[in-house]
Amino acid sequence: MSQPFYVSPEQVMKDRADYARKGIARGRALVAVQYADGIVLVAENTSNTLRKISEIYDRIGFAGVGKYNEFDSLRRFGVRNADVKGYQYSRDDVEARSLANEYAQILGQTFTHEMKPLEVEILVAEVGFTQESDQLFHIMYDGTLVDEQGMSVLGGDAEAISARLSETWRKEDDLRAAVRGCVAALCGPDRTLGADDTEVAVLSRSNGRRCFRRLDDVEVSGFLA
Amino acid sequence: MFGPQNDPGSSFVNLLRRVGIEPFGVGDATSGVAPLTPHATTVLALRFDGGVVMAGDRRATMGNRISNREMEKLMPADRFSGVAISGSAGPAMDMIKVFQLQLEHFEKLDGRAISLEGKANQLSQLVRANLPAAMQGFGVYPIFAGYDLLRETGRLWDFDGTGGRYEERDFVATGSGGGVAGTVLKVGFRPAMPVEDAVTLACRALHEAADVDAATGGADALRGIYPVVATITKDGWMRRADDDLAPRFEAFRTEQRAILEGGAS
Repeated sequence: MSQPFYVSPEQVMKDRADYARKGIARGRALVAVQYADGIVLVAENTSNTLRKISEIYDRIGFAGVGKYNEFDSLRRFGVRNADVKGYQYSRDDVEARSLANEYAQILGQTFTHEMKPLEVEILVAEVGFTQESDQLFHIMYDGTLVDEQGMSVLGGDAEAISARLSETWRKEDDLRAAVRGCVAALCGPDRTLGADDTEVAVLSRSNGRRCFRRLDDVEVSGFLA
Repeated sequence: MFGPQNDPGSSFVNLLRRVGIEPFGVGDATSGVAPLTPHATTVLALRFDGGVVMAGDRRATMGNRISNREMEKLMPADRFSGVAISGSAGPAMDMIKVFQLQLEHFEKLDGRAISLEGKANQLSQLVRANLPAAMQGFGVYPIFAGYDLLRETGRLWDFDGTGGRYEERDFVATGSGGGVAGTVLKVGFRPAMPVEDAVTLACRALHEAADVDAATGGADALRGIYPVVATITKDGWMRRADDDLAPRFEAFRTEQRAILEGGAS
Protein backbone atom coordinates (compact mmCIF):
# COMPACT_ATOMS: atom_id res chain seq x y z
CA MET A 1 0.00 0.00 0.00
CA SER A 2 1.38 3.34 -0.98
CA GLN A 3 1.68 5.97 1.69
CA PRO A 4 0.09 9.33 0.75
CA PHE A 5 2.44 12.27 0.83
CA TYR A 6 2.13 14.44 3.90
CA VAL A 7 0.77 17.88 3.12
CA SER A 8 0.46 20.33 5.98
CA PRO A 9 -3.05 21.67 6.72
CA GLU A 10 -1.76 25.19 6.14
CA GLN A 11 -0.71 24.21 2.65
CA VAL A 12 -4.04 22.48 1.91
CA MET A 13 -6.02 25.54 2.97
CA LYS A 14 -3.73 27.89 1.09
CA ASP A 15 -4.06 25.84 -2.09
CA ARG A 16 -7.82 25.77 -1.83
CA ALA A 17 -8.00 29.48 -1.14
CA ASP A 18 -5.73 30.23 -4.11
CA TYR A 19 -7.88 28.03 -6.30
CA ALA A 20 -11.10 29.75 -5.23
CA ARG A 21 -9.61 33.24 -5.51
CA LYS A 22 -8.34 32.53 -9.02
CA GLY A 23 -11.77 31.33 -10.08
CA ILE A 24 -13.46 34.41 -8.64
CA ALA A 25 -10.92 36.84 -10.09
CA ARG A 26 -11.64 35.53 -13.60
CA GLY A 27 -15.21 36.86 -13.41
CA ARG A 28 -16.33 40.47 -13.42
CA ALA A 29 -17.00 42.47 -10.32
CA LEU A 30 -20.15 43.68 -8.63
CA VAL A 31 -20.88 46.52 -6.23
CA ALA A 32 -23.71 47.38 -3.88
CA VAL A 33 -24.21 50.70 -2.13
CA GLN A 34 -26.79 52.39 0.03
CA TYR A 35 -28.59 55.33 -1.54
CA ALA A 36 -31.30 57.62 -0.22
CA ASP A 37 -34.20 55.23 -0.89
CA GLY A 38 -32.55 51.86 -0.31
CA ILE A 39 -29.76 49.78 -1.76
CA VAL A 40 -28.62 49.64 -5.38
CA LEU A 41 -26.72 46.68 -6.79
CA VAL A 42 -24.69 47.05 -9.98
CA ALA A 43 -22.88 44.22 -11.76
CA GLU A 44 -20.78 44.12 -14.86
CA ASN A 45 -22.65 41.50 -16.86
CA THR A 46 -22.86 41.17 -20.62
CA SER A 47 -25.61 38.56 -20.50
CA ASN A 48 -29.22 39.70 -20.56
CA THR A 49 -30.58 36.41 -19.29
CA LEU A 50 -28.11 34.93 -16.81
CA ARG A 51 -28.46 37.09 -13.74
CA LYS A 52 -25.97 37.87 -11.02
CA ILE A 53 -28.45 39.89 -8.96
CA SER A 54 -31.85 38.62 -7.88
CA GLU A 55 -34.69 38.75 -5.41
CA ILE A 56 -34.80 36.48 -2.37
CA TYR A 57 -37.70 37.91 -0.40
CA ASP A 58 -39.69 41.07 0.25
CA ARG A 59 -36.75 43.11 1.54
CA ILE A 60 -33.85 40.82 0.70
CA GLY A 61 -31.71 40.69 -2.42
CA PHE A 62 -28.94 38.37 -3.49
CA ALA A 63 -25.86 38.94 -5.62
CA GLY A 64 -23.10 36.56 -6.59
CA VAL A 65 -19.86 36.60 -8.54
CA GLY A 66 -17.67 33.75 -9.70
CA LYS A 67 -18.93 30.48 -11.09
CA TYR A 68 -22.54 30.92 -12.26
CA ASN A 69 -23.88 27.44 -11.52
CA GLU A 70 -22.48 27.57 -8.00
CA PHE A 71 -23.88 30.92 -6.92
CA ASP A 72 -27.16 30.19 -8.69
CA SER A 73 -27.70 27.06 -6.63
CA LEU A 74 -26.96 29.15 -3.53
CA ARG A 75 -29.55 31.67 -4.73
CA ARG A 76 -32.16 28.94 -5.17
CA PHE A 77 -31.38 27.69 -1.68
CA GLY A 78 -31.97 31.22 -0.37
CA VAL A 79 -35.34 31.65 -2.10
CA ARG A 80 -36.54 28.27 -0.84
CA ASN A 81 -35.29 28.84 2.66
CA ALA A 82 -36.95 32.26 2.85
CA ASP A 83 -40.29 31.16 1.33
CA VAL A 84 -40.63 28.15 3.64
CA LYS A 85 -39.74 30.26 6.66
CA GLY A 86 -42.25 32.94 5.68
CA TYR A 87 -44.93 30.28 5.22
CA GLN A 88 -44.26 28.60 8.56
CA TYR A 89 -43.80 31.75 10.63
CA SER A 90 -44.55 35.17 9.19
CA ARG A 91 -43.18 37.37 6.43
CA ASP A 92 -41.68 39.56 9.17
CA ASP A 93 -39.60 36.66 10.44
CA VAL A 94 -37.56 36.31 7.25
CA GLU A 95 -34.36 38.28 7.64
CA ALA A 96 -31.00 38.58 5.95
CA ARG A 97 -28.85 37.88 9.00
CA SER A 98 -29.96 34.29 9.52
CA LEU A 99 -29.80 33.59 5.80
CA ALA A 100 -26.27 35.03 5.65
CA ASN A 101 -25.31 32.72 8.52
CA GLU A 102 -26.69 29.72 6.66
CA TYR A 103 -24.72 30.68 3.59
CA ALA A 104 -21.57 31.10 5.68
CA GLN A 105 -22.10 27.58 7.05
CA ILE A 106 -22.55 26.08 3.59
CA LEU A 107 -19.52 27.84 2.11
CA GLY A 108 -17.39 27.09 5.16
CA GLN A 109 -18.36 23.41 5.18
CA THR A 110 -17.68 23.08 1.48
CA PHE A 111 -14.34 24.84 1.81
CA THR A 112 -13.03 22.52 4.52
CA HIS A 113 -14.69 19.22 3.63
CA GLU A 114 -14.99 19.04 -0.12
CA MET A 115 -12.37 18.43 -2.79
CA LYS A 116 -13.08 21.76 -4.39
CA PRO A 117 -14.17 24.98 -2.69
CA LEU A 118 -17.02 26.98 -4.21
CA GLU A 119 -15.56 29.63 -6.50
CA VAL A 120 -18.01 32.32 -5.45
CA GLU A 121 -18.43 35.40 -3.35
CA ILE A 122 -21.97 36.36 -2.47
CA LEU A 123 -23.82 39.30 -1.00
CA VAL A 124 -27.06 39.21 0.97
CA ALA A 125 -28.60 42.67 1.20
CA GLU A 126 -31.62 43.69 3.25
CA VAL A 127 -33.27 47.05 2.92
CA GLY A 128 -34.54 48.33 6.27
CA PHE A 129 -37.46 50.61 7.02
CA THR A 130 -34.88 53.33 7.65
CA GLN A 131 -31.44 53.77 6.16
CA GLU A 132 -29.85 52.98 9.52
CA SER A 133 -31.30 49.47 9.45
CA ASP A 134 -30.09 48.53 5.96
CA GLN A 135 -27.79 45.51 6.02
CA LEU A 136 -25.11 44.20 3.68
CA PHE A 137 -23.62 40.78 4.36
CA HIS A 138 -20.63 39.79 2.26
CA ILE A 139 -19.77 36.09 2.35
CA MET A 140 -16.46 34.79 0.98
CA TYR A 141 -15.65 31.46 -0.67
CA ASP A 142 -14.36 30.07 2.68
CA GLY A 143 -17.43 31.06 4.69
CA THR A 144 -16.00 34.27 6.11
CA LEU A 145 -18.96 36.52 6.84
CA VAL A 146 -18.52 40.29 6.87
CA ASP A 147 -21.20 42.77 7.90
CA GLU A 148 -20.35 45.72 5.65
CA GLN A 149 -21.20 49.35 6.19
CA GLY A 150 -22.78 51.28 3.35
CA MET A 151 -20.97 49.72 0.41
CA SER A 152 -19.69 46.36 -0.67
CA VAL A 153 -17.51 45.19 -3.56
CA LEU A 154 -17.39 41.59 -4.76
CA GLY A 155 -15.13 39.86 -7.23
CA GLY A 156 -11.78 40.41 -8.90
CA ASP A 157 -9.98 43.72 -8.52
CA ALA A 158 -12.13 44.52 -5.48
CA GLU A 159 -9.51 46.72 -3.81
CA ALA A 160 -9.13 49.11 -6.72
CA ILE A 161 -12.89 49.31 -7.26
CA SER A 162 -13.48 49.84 -3.58
CA ALA A 163 -10.93 52.67 -3.49
CA ARG A 164 -12.60 54.39 -6.46
CA LEU A 165 -16.09 53.89 -5.05
CA SER A 166 -15.32 55.24 -1.60
CA GLU A 167 -14.17 58.51 -3.16
CA THR A 168 -17.51 59.23 -4.81
CA TRP A 169 -20.13 57.36 -2.78
CA ARG A 170 -22.44 59.22 -0.40
CA LYS A 171 -25.38 57.50 1.24
CA GLU A 172 -27.61 60.56 0.63
CA ASP A 173 -27.23 60.19 -3.16
CA ASP A 174 -30.29 59.73 -5.32
CA LEU A 175 -30.56 56.66 -7.56
CA ARG A 176 -29.08 58.34 -10.61
CA ALA A 177 -25.97 59.52 -8.78
CA ALA A 178 -25.58 56.14 -7.05
CA VAL A 179 -25.78 54.19 -10.34
CA ARG A 180 -23.34 56.55 -12.05
CA GLY A 181 -20.90 56.25 -9.14
CA CYS A 182 -21.11 52.45 -9.14
CA VAL A 183 -20.60 52.13 -12.89
CA ALA A 184 -17.67 54.58 -12.84
CA ALA A 185 -16.06 52.63 -10.01
CA LEU A 186 -16.56 49.30 -11.81
CA CYS A 187 -15.02 50.37 -15.10
CA GLY A 188 -12.20 52.62 -13.85
CA PRO A 189 -10.63 55.53 -15.72
CA ASP A 190 -9.51 53.59 -18.81
CA ARG A 191 -12.78 52.31 -20.22
CA THR A 192 -16.53 52.90 -20.19
CA LEU A 193 -19.49 50.63 -19.53
CA GLY A 194 -22.89 51.02 -21.20
CA ALA A 195 -26.31 49.79 -20.14
CA ASP A 196 -25.76 46.63 -22.24
CA ASP A 197 -22.79 45.61 -20.14
CA THR A 198 -24.37 46.22 -16.77
CA GLU A 199 -27.04 44.64 -14.65
CA VAL A 200 -28.71 46.99 -12.18
CA ALA A 201 -31.35 46.32 -9.53
CA VAL A 202 -32.58 48.12 -6.45
CA LEU A 203 -34.08 47.22 -3.12
CA SER A 204 -36.21 50.29 -2.74
CA ARG A 205 -38.15 51.37 0.33
CA SER A 206 -40.82 52.92 -1.90
CA ASN A 207 -41.54 49.84 -4.02
CA GLY A 208 -44.34 48.33 -1.92
CA ARG A 209 -44.11 44.93 -0.25
CA ARG A 210 -41.60 43.50 -2.68
CA CYS A 211 -38.76 46.02 -2.58
CA PHE A 212 -36.72 44.37 -5.33
CA ARG A 213 -36.87 45.90 -8.78
CA ARG A 214 -34.72 45.44 -11.87
CA LEU A 215 -33.83 48.50 -13.91
CA ASP A 216 -34.09 47.94 -17.65
CA ASP A 217 -31.50 49.09 -20.17
CA VAL A 218 -33.52 52.19 -21.09
CA GLU A 219 -33.61 53.39 -17.51
CA VAL A 220 -29.93 52.62 -16.94
CA SER A 221 -28.78 54.36 -20.11
CA GLY A 222 -30.89 57.34 -19.04
CA PHE A 223 -28.91 57.48 -15.80
CA LEU A 224 -25.57 57.04 -17.54
CA ALA A 225 -26.20 59.63 -20.27
CA MET B 1 -29.41 22.49 -0.48
CA PHE B 2 -30.92 19.87 -2.75
CA GLY B 3 -28.90 17.71 -5.10
CA PRO B 4 -29.95 17.29 -8.73
CA GLN B 5 -31.75 14.02 -7.84
CA ASN B 6 -34.05 15.37 -5.15
CA ASP B 7 -34.49 18.95 -6.31
CA PRO B 8 -38.14 20.04 -5.90
CA GLY B 9 -37.97 22.34 -8.95
CA SER B 10 -39.93 25.57 -9.02
CA SER B 11 -42.97 24.21 -7.17
CA PHE B 12 -43.54 25.59 -3.70
CA VAL B 13 -45.90 22.74 -2.77
CA ASN B 14 -43.29 20.15 -3.76
CA LEU B 15 -40.76 22.07 -1.70
CA LEU B 16 -43.05 22.06 1.36
CA ARG B 17 -43.51 18.30 1.01
CA ARG B 18 -39.77 17.78 0.57
CA VAL B 19 -39.08 19.55 3.86
CA GLY B 20 -41.84 17.60 5.62
CA ILE B 21 -44.78 20.02 5.60
CA GLU B 22 -48.09 18.79 4.16
CA PRO B 23 -50.11 21.88 3.22
CA PHE B 24 -53.45 20.10 2.91
CA GLY B 25 -53.11 17.46 5.63
CA VAL B 26 -56.57 16.30 6.79
CA GLY B 27 -55.56 13.07 8.55
CA ASP B 28 -57.94 10.13 8.25
CA ALA B 29 -61.04 11.51 9.96
CA THR B 30 -63.35 9.74 7.56
CA SER B 31 -66.33 9.21 9.83
CA GLY B 32 -68.53 11.38 12.02
CA VAL B 33 -70.20 14.70 11.38
CA ALA B 34 -68.13 17.53 9.97
CA PRO B 35 -67.63 20.25 12.58
CA LEU B 36 -69.26 23.58 11.88
CA THR B 37 -66.74 25.91 10.30
CA PRO B 38 -67.08 29.37 8.78
CA HIS B 39 -68.25 29.40 5.18
CA ALA B 40 -67.74 32.10 2.61
CA THR B 41 -70.21 32.99 -0.11
CA THR B 42 -70.90 34.86 -3.36
CA VAL B 43 -67.88 35.77 -5.37
CA LEU B 44 -67.92 36.70 -9.03
CA ALA B 45 -65.89 37.88 -11.97
CA LEU B 46 -66.74 39.40 -15.34
CA ARG B 47 -64.87 40.64 -18.35
CA PHE B 48 -64.90 44.18 -19.59
CA ASP B 49 -63.13 46.12 -22.28
CA GLY B 50 -59.50 45.88 -21.13
CA GLY B 51 -59.59 43.30 -18.38
CA VAL B 52 -61.69 41.72 -15.67
CA VAL B 53 -63.63 42.89 -12.63
CA MET B 54 -63.70 40.62 -9.58
CA ALA B 55 -65.91 41.03 -6.53
CA GLY B 56 -66.74 39.24 -3.32
CA ASP B 57 -69.00 39.96 -0.35
CA ARG B 58 -67.57 40.14 3.17
CA ARG B 59 -69.77 37.78 5.18
CA ALA B 60 -68.67 34.45 6.63
CA THR B 61 -71.31 32.25 8.25
CA MET B 62 -71.16 29.29 10.61
CA GLY B 63 -74.50 27.50 10.31
CA ASN B 64 -77.06 30.25 10.76
CA ARG B 65 -74.71 32.55 12.59
CA ILE B 66 -72.64 35.36 11.05
CA SER B 67 -69.12 34.53 12.15
CA ASN B 68 -67.34 37.38 10.41
CA ARG B 69 -68.51 40.60 8.74
CA GLU B 70 -65.21 41.73 7.31
CA MET B 71 -63.70 38.69 5.71
CA GLU B 72 -61.84 39.35 2.47
CA LYS B 73 -62.58 36.52 0.08
CA LEU B 74 -61.03 38.21 -2.90
CA MET B 75 -57.30 38.68 -2.99
CA PRO B 76 -54.62 39.42 -5.53
CA ALA B 77 -52.82 36.21 -6.54
CA ASP B 78 -50.02 38.27 -8.02
CA ARG B 79 -49.80 41.55 -9.94
CA PHE B 80 -51.94 40.43 -12.88
CA SER B 81 -54.40 37.99 -11.36
CA GLY B 82 -56.82 37.59 -8.50
CA VAL B 83 -58.43 34.70 -6.70
CA ALA B 84 -61.80 34.66 -4.94
CA ILE B 85 -63.04 31.82 -2.79
CA SER B 86 -66.32 30.32 -1.76
CA GLY B 87 -66.65 27.29 0.48
CA SER B 88 -64.98 26.42 3.75
CA ALA B 89 -63.09 29.49 4.96
CA GLY B 90 -60.16 27.87 6.79
CA PRO B 91 -58.91 25.60 3.99
CA ALA B 92 -59.72 28.33 1.47
CA MET B 93 -57.54 30.91 3.22
CA ASP B 94 -54.69 28.43 3.45
CA MET B 95 -55.14 27.56 -0.22
CA ILE B 96 -54.92 31.22 -1.24
CA LYS B 97 -51.79 31.66 0.86
CA VAL B 98 -50.12 28.63 -0.73
CA PHE B 99 -51.27 29.75 -4.17
CA GLN B 100 -49.87 33.27 -3.77
CA LEU B 101 -46.60 31.85 -2.50
CA GLN B 102 -46.47 29.34 -5.32
CA LEU B 103 -46.72 32.10 -7.95
CA GLU B 104 -44.14 34.28 -6.23
CA HIS B 105 -41.84 31.31 -5.60
CA PHE B 106 -41.88 30.29 -9.26
CA GLU B 107 -41.30 33.86 -10.36
CA LYS B 108 -38.27 34.22 -8.13
CA LEU B 109 -36.72 30.84 -8.94
CA ASP B 110 -37.29 30.96 -12.68
CA GLY B 111 -36.92 34.71 -13.12
CA ARG B 112 -40.27 35.12 -14.90
CA ALA B 113 -43.96 34.87 -14.00
CA ILE B 114 -46.08 31.82 -14.90
CA SER B 115 -48.48 32.34 -17.83
CA LEU B 116 -52.09 33.09 -16.87
CA GLU B 117 -53.24 29.66 -17.97
CA GLY B 118 -50.38 28.13 -16.01
CA LYS B 119 -51.57 29.94 -12.89
CA ALA B 120 -55.12 28.60 -13.36
CA ASN B 121 -53.67 25.14 -13.78
CA GLN B 122 -51.66 25.52 -10.57
CA LEU B 123 -54.79 26.51 -8.67
CA SER B 124 -56.68 23.54 -10.05
CA GLN B 125 -53.97 21.25 -8.67
CA LEU B 126 -54.36 22.84 -5.24
CA VAL B 127 -58.14 22.35 -5.36
CA ARG B 128 -57.63 18.72 -6.32
CA ALA B 129 -55.18 18.24 -3.43
CA ASN B 130 -58.00 19.43 -1.16
CA LEU B 131 -60.38 16.73 -2.42
CA PRO B 132 -60.16 14.52 0.71
CA ALA B 133 -61.20 17.55 2.79
CA ALA B 134 -63.97 18.38 0.29
CA MET B 135 -65.34 14.84 0.79
CA GLN B 136 -65.66 15.65 4.48
CA GLY B 137 -67.51 18.87 3.83
CA PHE B 138 -64.60 21.32 3.69
CA GLY B 139 -64.70 22.04 0.00
CA VAL B 140 -63.13 25.11 -1.58
CA TYR B 141 -64.55 26.49 -4.81
CA PRO B 142 -62.44 29.35 -6.14
CA ILE B 143 -62.73 31.71 -9.06
CA PHE B 144 -59.55 32.74 -10.77
CA ALA B 145 -59.28 35.69 -13.14
CA GLY B 146 -56.57 37.87 -14.53
CA TYR B 147 -55.12 39.78 -17.40
CA ASP B 148 -53.37 37.60 -19.97
CA LEU B 149 -50.32 39.60 -21.03
CA LEU B 150 -49.65 37.29 -24.00
CA ARG B 151 -53.16 37.51 -25.45
CA GLU B 152 -53.84 41.03 -24.13
CA THR B 153 -57.24 40.21 -22.72
CA GLY B 154 -58.96 39.42 -19.44
CA ARG B 155 -59.72 35.74 -18.76
CA LEU B 156 -61.60 33.91 -16.02
CA TRP B 157 -62.04 30.41 -14.66
CA ASP B 158 -64.08 28.57 -12.07
CA PHE B 159 -63.35 25.22 -10.46
CA ASP B 160 -65.24 22.28 -9.04
CA GLY B 161 -64.25 20.35 -5.92
CA THR B 162 -62.20 17.81 -7.85
CA GLY B 163 -59.95 20.43 -9.39
CA GLY B 164 -61.94 20.59 -12.63
CA ARG B 165 -61.02 23.83 -14.34
CA TYR B 166 -63.51 25.60 -16.57
CA GLU B 167 -62.70 28.70 -18.51
CA GLU B 168 -65.76 30.94 -18.79
CA ARG B 169 -66.30 33.24 -21.71
CA ASP B 170 -67.68 36.38 -20.06
CA PHE B 171 -68.69 36.05 -16.41
CA VAL B 172 -68.96 33.64 -13.52
CA ALA B 173 -70.40 33.65 -10.00
CA THR B 174 -70.18 30.97 -7.29
CA GLY B 175 -71.11 30.44 -3.67
CA SER B 176 -74.53 30.20 -2.05
CA GLY B 177 -75.60 33.49 -3.66
CA GLY B 178 -73.93 32.59 -6.94
CA GLY B 179 -77.18 31.65 -8.65
CA VAL B 180 -78.76 35.04 -8.10
CA ALA B 181 -75.53 36.93 -8.82
CA GLY B 182 -75.01 34.89 -12.00
CA THR B 183 -78.49 35.78 -13.25
CA VAL B 184 -77.91 39.48 -12.62
CA LEU B 185 -74.63 39.28 -14.52
CA LYS B 186 -76.27 37.35 -17.34
CA VAL B 187 -79.00 39.93 -17.78
CA GLY B 188 -76.72 42.95 -17.42
CA PHE B 189 -73.67 41.77 -19.30
CA ARG B 190 -72.70 43.45 -22.59
CA PRO B 191 -69.61 42.56 -24.64
CA ALA B 192 -66.70 45.02 -24.19
CA MET B 193 -68.43 46.99 -21.45
CA PRO B 194 -66.72 50.13 -20.13
CA VAL B 195 -64.97 49.48 -16.84
CA GLU B 196 -67.29 51.67 -14.71
CA ASP B 197 -70.37 49.84 -16.00
CA ALA B 198 -68.74 46.52 -15.22
CA VAL B 199 -67.94 47.62 -11.65
CA THR B 200 -71.52 48.78 -11.16
CA LEU B 201 -72.85 45.50 -12.55
CA ALA B 202 -70.62 43.52 -10.18
CA CYS B 203 -71.93 45.59 -7.25
CA ARG B 204 -75.50 45.10 -8.44
CA ALA B 205 -75.02 41.32 -8.60
CA LEU B 206 -73.72 41.25 -5.02
CA HIS B 207 -76.51 43.56 -3.87
CA GLU B 208 -79.22 41.31 -5.33
CA ALA B 209 -77.52 38.16 -4.02
CA ALA B 210 -77.39 39.64 -0.51
CA ASP B 211 -81.08 40.52 -0.80
CA VAL B 212 -82.00 36.85 -1.33
CA ASP B 213 -79.22 34.80 0.24
CA ALA B 214 -78.83 34.99 4.03
CA ALA B 215 -75.22 33.87 3.84
CA THR B 216 -74.21 36.77 1.61
CA GLY B 217 -73.51 40.17 3.13
CA GLY B 218 -74.53 43.34 1.30
CA ALA B 219 -73.03 46.77 1.69
CA ASP B 220 -73.10 47.64 5.40
CA ALA B 221 -73.34 51.44 5.40
CA LEU B 222 -73.79 51.53 9.18
CA ARG B 223 -70.44 49.90 9.88
CA GLY B 224 -68.83 51.16 6.68
CA ILE B 225 -68.17 47.66 5.36
CA TYR B 226 -68.33 47.28 1.58
CA PRO B 227 -67.63 44.30 -0.67
CA VAL B 228 -64.16 43.84 -2.11
CA VAL B 229 -64.17 44.88 -5.76
CA ALA B 230 -61.06 44.99 -7.92
CA THR B 231 -60.15 45.46 -11.56
CA ILE B 232 -57.26 43.71 -13.28
CA THR B 233 -55.96 45.30 -16.47
CA LYS B 234 -52.66 45.58 -18.31
CA ASP B 235 -51.58 47.86 -15.46
CA GLY B 236 -52.26 45.15 -12.90
CA TRP B 237 -54.48 44.66 -9.88
CA MET B 238 -56.35 47.68 -8.56
CA ARG B 239 -58.77 47.45 -5.63
CA ARG B 240 -61.68 49.88 -5.64
CA ALA B 241 -61.87 52.13 -2.59
CA ASP B 242 -64.95 52.04 -0.35
CA ASP B 243 -65.60 55.68 -1.27
CA ASP B 244 -65.91 54.59 -4.88
CA LEU B 245 -68.33 51.75 -4.08
CA ALA B 246 -70.55 53.45 -1.49
CA PRO B 247 -72.43 55.75 -3.97
CA ARG B 248 -73.20 52.77 -6.23
CA PHE B 249 -74.86 50.84 -3.41
CA GLU B 250 -76.60 54.00 -2.25
CA ALA B 251 -78.01 54.40 -5.76
CA PHE B 252 -79.43 50.84 -5.67
CA ARG B 253 -81.13 51.62 -2.37
CA THR B 254 -82.54 54.91 -3.63
CA GLU B 255 -83.89 53.20 -6.70
CA GLN B 256 -85.46 50.42 -4.64
CA ARG B 257 -86.97 52.91 -2.17
CA ALA B 258 -88.57 54.82 -5.04
CA ILE B 259 -90.08 51.63 -6.41
CA LEU B 260 -91.42 50.58 -3.02
CA GLU B 261 -92.99 53.99 -2.42
CA GLY B 262 -94.61 53.75 -5.85
CA GLY B 263 -92.92 56.94 -6.96
CA ALA B 264 -90.64 55.44 -9.55
CA SER B 265 -90.48 57.42 -12.73
